[in-house]
Parts: sequence; C-alpha cells; structure tokens
Amino acid sequence: MIAASLLAGSERRAWPFLAIILTLGIAIPLLHLVLPPTSPLYVSSYIVALIGKYLCYALLALAVDLVWGYCGILSLGHGAFFALGGYAMGMYLMRQIGSRGVYGNAELPDFMVFLNWQELPWYWYGFDRFWFAALMVVVVPGTLAFLVGWFAFRSRVTGVYLSIITQAVTFALMLAFFRNDMGFGGNNGMTDFKDILGFNVQAGGTRAALFFASAAMLALGFLVAHAVVNSRLGKVLVAVRDAESRARFLGYRVENYKLFVFVLSACMAGIAGALYVPQVGIINPSEFAPANSIEVVIWVAVGGRGTLIGPAIGAVLVNFAKSYLTGAIPEAWLFALGGLFIAVTLFLPRGIVGTIAALPLRRRVIAKPIEPGAAATARAAE
Amino acid sequence: MAVTSALLYLDGVTVSFDGFKALNQLSLAIDPGEMRAIIGPNGAGKTTMMDVVTGKTRPDNGEVLFGGAVDLTRLDEAAIAELGIGRKFQKPTVFESHTVADNLLLALKNPRGVWATLFASATAVESARLDRILETVRLTEQRDMLAANLSHGQKQWLEIGMLLASDPKLLLVDEPAAGMTDAETAATAALLKEINKTHTVVVVEHDMAFVRALGVKVTVLHEGSVLAEGPLAQVSADPRVIEVYLGR
Repeated sequence: MIAASLLAGSERRAWPFLAIILTLGIAIPLLHLVLPPTSPLYVSSYIVALIGKYLCYALLALAVDLVWGYCGILSLGHGAFFALGGYAMGMYLMRQIGSRGVYGNAELPDFMVFLNWQELPWYWYGFDRFWFAALMVVVVPGTLAFLVGWFAFRSRVTGVYLSIITQAVTFALMLAFFRNDMGFGGNNGMTDFKDILGFNVQAGGTRAALFFASAAMLALGFLVAHAVVNSRLGKVLVAVRDAESRARFLGYRVENYKLFVFVLSACMAGIAGALYVPQVGIINPSEFAPANSIEVVIWVAVGGRGTLIGPAIGAVLVNFAKSYLTGAIPEAWLFALGGLFIAVTLFLPRGIVGTIAALPLRRRVIAKPIEPGAAATARAAE
Repeated sequence: MAVTSALLYLDGVTVSFDGFKALNQLSLAIDPGEMRAIIGPNGAGKTTMMDVVTGKTRPDNGEVLFGGAVDLTRLDEAAIAELGIGRKFQKPTVFESHTVADNLLLALKNPRGVWATLFASATAVESARLDRILETVRLTEQRDMLAANLSHGQKQWLEIGMLLASDPKLLLVDEPAAGMTDAETAATAALLKEINKTHTVVVVEHDMAFVRALGVKVTVLHEGSVLAEGPLAQVSADPRVIEVYLGR
C-alpha cells in the first residue's frame, strides 16, 4: 500500500525492478537454506555473501545517483559515509564478541587490550546495544554530510571544487582511522565478529537474513529515492542541476535543497555500509580510500545517472566483473575499470539504462503527429 | 518613513570590480506601474544594475530600496525573489530537462521551502493558472514538450512566462528580443506591454526598434551612471547620447 502510494505516477520500470530485488531477496536465501549442498541449484554461503555485498554497493550507488544524477552534486566522498555506517556496525559487532576475544576481556575489544587501554573510550558507549548502533549508522554519516554540506553549499562551492572537498574529507578520515590511538582498530580495523542480535554471523540462517535485509533496504532506499525525485522537491533538484541561478532568482534557497538531498544520500550510504560489514566480516580504513568513492561514481555512470535503477544495475555489473577479473587476471582489473569509464563516457554517456530509456522516447517523437495537438500544429503549418 | 514613492529606488550606487567602476554613483527611480527601458553601450552597467537589484552583487556603497522601505542590499537572491522581484536573464535560462508546464509550475507563487515542496501536490487551481500563462506566452501547444526542445524565441517567452507565474511586483527583463526575428520582436513588445498593465517592468535592451515599439520612458546609461532620461525621441536627439551610443 505504502509502496503503491510512493510509486504513484511513476515510470513503468519501477515495479519490475522492485519485483526483481524482492524475488532475489527471498529466492537466494531460500536456495541457500532449503536445498542440500549437492543440489545443482544450491547457493553456497560464499555466493550469498558475494551477492549480498553487491546489493549493498547497489544501495550506495543509488545514494550517489540521488545527489549526482538529480542535483548535479558530484560527490567523490560517498565512500566515507559508507565506511562510517560500516564502522558504526563494526563497533556493535566488536562489543558483541564480549569475553570470547583472544584476551578474554568482556569490556574492551582485543585491539584496545593490545594497546594497553584501561577503559572503553566515551565514544564507544552505547554501541553494545543494537538500536543505538543502528541509529548511529544513519546519524554519524548524516551529521558529517550536514556539516560538510552546510559550509560548502552556503559558500556556493560547486562543481569540481566540491568534488575535491569531498575527496579531501574521505582522505582525511582514512588517515585518521589509520591511527591506532583513534580507538577504531587502526589499520587492522575491526574483524573476527561473532554475533549479530544473538545469532552467529557465520551461520547460514544469519547470512540468509542479512542478505534479505540488504535486498529489503535496497528496495526501501529505491522507494524513498523514487518518491523524492518524483515529488515537486525532485523537480526543484533537477532545476538546480540544470540552471542553479535561475532557481535562485525564482526564490528557491538552493543551499537548503542541496543540503537535504546530500544528507539523505549520506544516510542511505551509511545503511549500505552497515549491511556490508557483517557480510564481508571486516571493516578497515581502506574503505575510506579516495579511489573507492571514485569507483562508485563509475558504477553510476555505467548504469546511467539520473535513472535510480541504472546505478544499482551498474554497481552489480561492475562488481561482478571485478570479482571475476580480479580472480582470473588480477593485473587487468584496474585497466578494465579505467577502460570501462572511458568507453562509457565516449559511447554511452547516458549509461546503460539511460540509453535504453532513450530508445522508446525516439519512437514516441516519430509517433507524435498522430496526437490531436500536434496534428493541429501540422495542419496550421500547411 | 518611506523616503520615496518609487517602487525601485537606487541612489548613489557604486560597484567596482578591481578598480573598474561598473556602476558609478547610479541613481534611478522606477514608479509603481511604470515600464522603463534602459539602454546604453556595452559595459554601461546595465546588467550590473540588475545584479545589484536582485542580490547577486553587493554595491560598495549607495542605497537600493524596494517599495520605499526594504533595503535590498541586505538580502540574498531568494529573499529578493520572494519580495516580488523577478528577473529574466540575457541568455534565456530555463530548466531544460523539465517540460514547459513543469518550468512554469516551479515558478508559480508557492512556498519555496524544502518540506513544502517535498509534500506539495498539483492542484486544479495551479493547473488553471498554468493554462492561462501558457496562453499568454503562446506555448499552449508545447505544454508537455521538454524546454530543451524549444526554439530560442520560445525559450525567451517561457522565461517571461515563468516570471509571470511567480507574479512579481517588479519584472527586470534583460534583452528579451535578443536573437529574435522581427515578428517575434514585435510580439514580445506587445507581450511586455500587456504585462505592464498589471506589473512594473524594467527592460534592458540594445534593439532600438524594440525600444521604439515599447514607447516608454528611456534611461541611457553610460560608464555606470545615467547619461540621459526621457522619451526616446528626446534622448536620441541629445548630442551626448549620440556621441557615446547612437552615433557609433
């Protein structure tokens, strides 16, 4: 019902996309849990985690599309929001280890014991509770996005300068998280997770549930993004992208619109990161690497910016290729990625979905004279 | 309280960019309901004057009052737009990936806040207003066409339509006839006269035929200040005007 109202007046591709995501979200876990490992249709826990990871990347790509595709803000720092969400989840998972760590300290994670820390730093308080960690998953990235956006948009920093700032933010965070005395595990990050909500993170049932949660959050993220871009606010966002000063002189406070969409997008990226961490089993500062954020932009460009569905598809396709190529010919991957970006920019500037979407449009233009209004114009022209 | 009865009042406004005075002690008063044409050679300060009035540029000194009371130099673009000053750019600036109807919809006089637009839904009243504006600017046929696909002249008209939709008290129109055919220019002059029946209008224009067609009081700018003011016939006979502008 809610989904139907959110999708009211939407384009026809939204429903099939949601159906595919939810089918995948239910079918893959079932194939993993119900079928015996000997069955040809059995999905191994490796594949469940792998595709689950792709779904998290798809949500991240969706978040980037919301700011870049619709509002023209080319963020090259969304990896930071993703990683912060991941760290918030990682902190919860670390606290769940309890006394089962190598040092058997019920309060302190292993890396703190190793560094001779005596007590838990204040910013770790509350992370033993899931609800608190879940809240921080959106609050921390959202707050960072608010602060960066507040200063940048108010000072009218746009275009490449804004992109550079977002790169600087993620780079600075990477350097900070590499430091041991930050209290986030230094360059090793956080790993060796045991339980989530009382369930073993390695167990088949937990993996299946995490997979379903990733699919459900991708679907929810899509619905929210879809509702936003199809609202009048969405029209203002596109207006800002196309002609920022025109929007300003019409009385729109452009900085507020940018801030809204930037924070929303950062929260979505944080959720993606939080679901990613228990499925891959580790979070470390390399997630903040500037190149990661740039890679996300490539997924969006490949799939088709400003289409919502495209970036999700682009994220899955590019990462599937990455998984395959880094296994088959590891040294070729970075060249393939670079080549892909150049090829898409030159030959598919609208991306995969954007190009497909443009096809029926052309047909519609040709069919136009049949419409009564256009026919009248044609007659008048004669 | 009010120091002037003028709707727009500029007094001693100076703007300099790196020592170059784009506006030099400019003083100008536009009465409510008036239509004023502003002409002048390139670099005379016409566009800078509009930038100052709409909040894009802050003057170094001088006074800019709207409605005799509101100091425009303290407000930003969005606040000035909400006060009721609409601006048409020299180069037609519309939202290219929106339809003509959506361009006008975004310009309609509605709350401009983030939450207001997030939950806004189209109403019949809005739709009726759009119909009327579309008719006025002769774009009814193009209602659902993307603005990017309009001709240059149609984009100019759409932008004027967007100004109408926001129902401003004062319209600042920068070179509306630029790049138009003679027929379109004449039609634009007629449109502006029609708009002037209910709005105060300031038109910046190069095209003398267009200014003649408007038949209104003319202000000639030169090097950032007013050189002459009066009916077109009078100012075009002024030897100083002929020297700096018309004679060239």
